[in-house]
Order: sequence, then C-alpha cells, then structure tokens
Amino acid sequence: MKLKGWREVTPGAVILEAGNAVEFKTGSWRSFRPVWKEENCIQCLFCWLYCPDMAIKVKDGKRGEFDYDYCKGCGICALECPGKKGNKAIVMVEEGK
Amino acid sequence: MAKIVAATGNEAVANAFMQVNPDVSAAYPITPATDIMQRFTSFVSNGKVKTEMILVESEHSAMSACIGASAAGGRVMTATSSQGLALMWEMLFIASGLRLPIIMCVVNRALSAPLNIHGDHSDAMGARDSGWIQLWSENAQEAYDNIIQAFRIGEHLDIRLPVMVCLDGFIISHSIERIEYLEDGEVANFIGNFKELNPLLDMEHPVSYGPLILPDYYMEFRKAQDEVESKVSMVVLEAAKDFEKISGRKYGLFETYRLDDAEIGIVILNSAAGTSKDTIDEFRNRGIKAGLLKPRLYRPFPYEKIGEVLKHLKAVCVLDRADAFGGSYGPVFIDIATSLYPYKEKPILINKIYGLGGRDYLPEHAEHVLNELAEIAKTGKADTVKEYIGVRG
Repeated sequence: MKLKGWREVTPGAVILEAGNAVEFKTGSWRSFRPVWKEENCIQCLFCWLYCPDMAIKVKDGKRGEFDYDYCKGCGICALECPGKKGNKAIVMVEEGK
Repeated sequence: MAKIVAATGNEAVANAFMQVNPDVSAAYPITPATDIMQRFTSFVSNGKVKTEMILVESEHSAMSACIGASAAGGRVMTATSSQGLALMWEMLFIASGLRLPIIMCVVNRALSAPLNIHGDHSDAMGARDSGWIQLWSENAQEAYDNIIQAFRIGEHLDIRLPVMVCLDGFIISHSIERIEYLEDGEVANFIGNFKELNPLLDMEHPVSYGPLILPDYYMEFRKAQDEVESKVSMVVLEAAKDFEKISGRKYGLFETYRLDDAEIGIVILNSAAGTSKDTIDEFRNRGIKAGLLKPRLYRPFPYEKIGEVLKHLKAVCVLDRADAFGGSYGPVFIDIATSLYPYKEKPILINKIYGLGGRDYLPEHAEHVLNELAEIAKTGKADTVKEYIGVRG
C-alpha cells in the first residue's frame, strides 16, 4: 500500500471509510492460537458472542473455523466455551508449536 | 445599533456566549471564571439560549464532554481558569489534534502552589504550545469582541482549531467598565451558521474519531497541523475586517501604540498594557520617544510581522506576567527574542517579570522600565537582562 503524504491525510485523523478495519490483518499479533475441536462443540455460539473481533465465522446459524487473519489470540472464546461433558471445544495452543 | 452598558469582563463574555447561542457547553466552576458559566447557566434556565448545558465533575470531564459534542457536530464553548485549565491539559491536545473548533474563555489566574486566586498568565502560558489558537484581551470590550471573533476564526473550514480567549482574572473579569454590545442579529450574521465537518452524528456517512496513528503516519498528521497554523493569521485579519464593519472597532494580530517613530518600547500582554500606555504618553510629553506593542494573537505567534515592527527600536523591554522556570527568560520574551533573531540590527532586549499572583502593576513600574530603557538606548549597554519587578528584597 502506498503511504499518503501530509497533504492527503484527513483533518484530525478522522477515518471517513466506515468498516475499513477489514483491510488491516491483525492476526499476526497472536502468540496463542485457539483451536476448534468440533467433536466437543455444542453450537452454543458463546465464542461468536464473546469474540471482541469478528474472528469466528458463522454460517446458517452454525459456527465454522476461526478467521486467523483477525484473531489476536486473546483466549476469551476458550475461557467462555462450555464444551461437552467437561471437554472444551476451544483450546489455546502456543504459536510455533 | 450598539447597546452601551456598564458590565464586568465576565458579564460581557457571558453576554457574548448568549448571543452566539452555542449547541453545547460543559463546564466546572473555578474562580475567577465561575461567574461566566453561572451567568450562562441562568440564560439556559431562563430559555434565553437553546444550549445543552452539561454540568460535569471536573475540568478534565468538561473538556472531554466539549470534545465529544464538537466531534458530534455541535458548536461548543466553555470557560475556565488556572487549576481548571491545568486539569484539562491532557484533553487540550486532543481537542486541537482532532481539529475541533471549541471556544474557551480563559480568565487568567496564577497557578498553585502557593495557592492564589488572582490574575497572572501562568495558566495560559502553560497551554501555549497545545495547538490552541490564543487571543489575549486588554479589557472587557476586547474580551467580548475576541469571543465573538473566535467563533469565526476557529470554525473557518481552512482552520478548524480550538481557540482560547484570555483576559486578566479580577482586574478585568470582576471590574465594571463601559462596554458596547452588538445586536443579537449582528452577532448571528457575523458568526454564521455552524458548518459541520465530518460530524459523528451524520448517520449517512459514518466516521471514526481518535484512531491510533503509529510511526508510519504520525508525522504526516503533525505536519498537516503545523501547516494550518500558517493560515491562522490571514483568517484572524479577515475576521477583524468584517468585525470592524459591524462594530467600528479595529483589530489586528497585535496592537502598536506610538511605536512607528519610537526608540524605546514595551511589549506587554493584556490589562497592564493600558497602564503602560498612560505612562508612555507622559514620557512622550517629556520628549522621550517611547512606544508599546501588545500581542493579541499570541498563538500562532506572528513572528515575522512582530520582528518587522520592533527591529528599528534601540531598546525593548518585554514584560512577562509569568515565569518560565529554568528557561532563563519569561515566555513572551523568548518569543520576542526569536522574532528579532534574523535581524542584524536589532534592539537590546531586557525582560521583567511582574504582577505574579495579582500583584499590582503600577505606573511607577512602567516608569522604572522606561527610564531604564532610555538609559540603555543612550549607553548601548544593559546591566541585567532578566529581573523581577515589584518584589520586596
């Protein structure tokens, strides 16, 4: 992306294009990665509800894979996940392992 | 047709705010500015203005609420003094960095400690590099006129910066003077309707204020802001020209008094300029060519133009009603010295610190300064560059 010069920036750094956060892939900030274990998932969608970003993809009312382009690895989804019979459907795994 | 009244400085400022009828105001009381907002809130209660008045728990919150209201797309004003301005400090930079044209009256008062409620310039001097435009006022009439012009200047689409209008605490804020008020309609026409720029409440065009700007862009935003500073003088003069048409009162970037042919001169802000002018008249009557320069637009400081009108003098004393501790000289002195720096032939400069914490500035102080300047002009030598005057030894 070509960086703008000082003559081209908006006054007061106001962002005029709504929803442009999608252009900035923030997944590289992650040091722990959430891993979805479908066999333990009861489709409660707590993970989708609690995710502070939009890193959990939902289609036809069912959750699918994580969107790792935007997941920063905060771990809230793993904490909130009720799992099935005491087994979590989301576990955090250290990146690079 | 102007209405002539006897009013205090605070009363005049409150009246100007009433005539402007802003959309939103948020304020917290502090002496000596309290009176402005006290009067204004009664205008709100009595239905004289349509302003949404927010009473907050501190000045930090007052400025924060003003920032929110201004970003939302409203015409916004407030007033404060001293510790109140100091508590706003963090938010001042956010108001200017977000380019929000908030208008604030600063009734100048000394900073604690030691605790003092009287007039000096330490409060506004601490905020002089915050990116706010500063207009300073000698008397109640100038404070009233500056408030009205501040809306035109700050809200100009080429500028969009917050403006502080300064007047001396108690000396001006609480003294009664003869003042000419403009008609409500004249004020409304002069300031015009508020022009929104990327307002948060425009649901058709959603925007975000206050994003994180990292090293790859921060300097571009700062350079853009610095560039705006260079346009302020022109807009201030345009506003002054139109203001003269409705008021008959002439304003510039600064005022010069008997300066054109002067050999010695005083540079001084706000109310003490009046006392100095009287003393200058006495010296002129004795055949001593004395003059005065009173900055009005103090930020951005019109360096080139001020250097141009002072360069021919033999000796100049800059009087500061605030010290810049550890900075060697007072804040106005530093700016005047910078203005004269490019010239090979320039006056000898001296600096006096006066009137701190409301200490009276008397004609004898101006006489003392002018006598010293006359001596320097004669000998070409200054003994002391910086000195406190009116202080017990």
